[in-house]
Amino acid sequence: MDHKLNRWPARLDLLQSGSGLLLVLFIWGHMFFESSILLGKDAMLWVTKMFEGEHIFGKPYPVLVSAAAAVLLLLIALHALLALRKFPASYRQYQRFNHHLASVRHMDTTLWAVQVITGFLLFFLASAHLLVVLVQPDNIGPYASADRIWSGRFWLVYAPLLLIVHVHAGIGVYRLAMKWGPFSAATSGLWRGRIRLALYCIVAFYLCLGTASLVTYMRIGAEHAPFAGERYMAPTGTEAH
Amino acid sequence: MSTIPVKALRTLKIRVLRHNPADPDSTPNMQTFELEEADSMTLFVALNVIREEQDPSLAFDFVCRAGICGSCGMIINGRPGLACRTLTRDLPEDITLAPLPGFELIADLSVNTGKWMRGISERLETWVHAQGLDTVDVDALETPMEPELAQQLYELERCIECGCCIAACGTAQMREDFVGAVGLNQITRFRLDPRDERDDADFYELVGDDVGVFGCMTLLGCEDMCPKDLPLATQIAFLRRRMVAV
Repeated sequence: MDHKLNRWPARLDLLQSGSGLLLVLFIWGHMFFESSILLGKDAMLWVTKMFEGEHIFGKPYPVLVSAAAAVLLLLIALHALLALRKFPASYRQYQRFNHHLASVRHMDTTLWAVQVITGFLLFFLASAHLLVVLVQPDNIGPYASADRIWSGRFWLVYAPLLLIVHVHAGIGVYRLAMKWGPFSAATSGLWRGRIRLALYCIVAFYLCLGTASLVTYMRIGAEHAPFAGERYMAPTGTEAH
Repeated sequence: MSTIPVKALRTLKIRVLRHNPADPDSTPNMQTFELEEADSMTLFVALNVIREEQDPSLAFDFVCRAGICGSCGMIINGRPGLACRTLTRDLPEDITLAPLPGFELIADLSVNTGKWMRGISERLETWVHAQGLDTVDVDALETPMEPELAQQLYELERCIECGCCIAACGTAQMREDFVGAVGLNQITRFRLDPRDERDDADFYELVGDDVGVFGCMTLLGCEDMCPKDLPLATQIAFLRRRMVAV
């Protein structure tokens, strides 16, 4: 070539897929940590201390949680910025896509529309969740979280966030697999079916896990409502969260 | 059983979106035709019966009647397909037909896919690029090609440029300059061809942007609605991987 190629379109496409994959891996891991409440308040407290670095440094550093939230917010901003390029950008585009969607009645086209809507809602719901973690990193713990969810009415954010984030993530991973997957022409359809089935199961599992833990936080929060603001005392009685 | 079961043939109600842009008095409207279904009737046959017996002005395209020429692509009950490959028995009694969206309308069900395909072909330079083509001895035997490779090329060459993948693609419907599966498939076809001397950087120049391979949002309408069952999703994924590796 006698002139330099503009590799930015390729980089942006990779970045959109890569940032999405990282966010999905994060949310799938996050679900196991936040659902530690299902194993008891002490298990959740242990996880909280782990993320504050107490098991390594000997004392908690909530700023580590803030730092993680900041990185995630930036990652979401990057992913949103890149994904926005694909949204219908004018009324005419929106109208044409909407007409096409209603006309073809096609599963994967419909899934993309669901992803656009859920992605748009996540701009607000995920940001609301992360901002609280960012500015109040020490306000996480068996009672602190349960009080925020019940007495602070954050279940109104977390319940839709749970559903929306997992639907968005599940569809996103399916699309990533079909977008980049090195399947042969002969086995592509087979893999497509397998991946879709696997993701139905994964999304169903995380929705069940997330609902069970959210209900548990709400129940603990309701029981603890008269003492909202008081922190959970670890069995040793030395630490409060 | 005292009676012999006889297959009841239905009366089809075929609604056609009619409009002739060349006629200043024409406005888009739906016209309904009724006709008796025949055994093994295709939509192509049904449309010919309508044109012969009811309305000679009904415009639609066909050449081969066998799913090879790609002329009779249209929207059949909301989805793109070939009229000659669609049996009426696979459809309900009420059938709605419309021209393929995304192409210049000639009249009624006839669209100018040829003009669009020609434009894409020129834009993506879908022909063999090699040095010294003008001095090739056309009487000499061609360099042999491995049968597996020839088969791979043939598989991609089966595209009949009917336009169904463009009508099935949400991206192409939103963004008129998107090259679509038909264009990307052509690029993978020439990339495979050992006679074409272009490398991946050359192909990146043609499709390495948001109206090329990176514009594809993997809605998979092309793959699911291709009348020739071409492995379009596999080809686009392959091309995407190659183009990011340039």
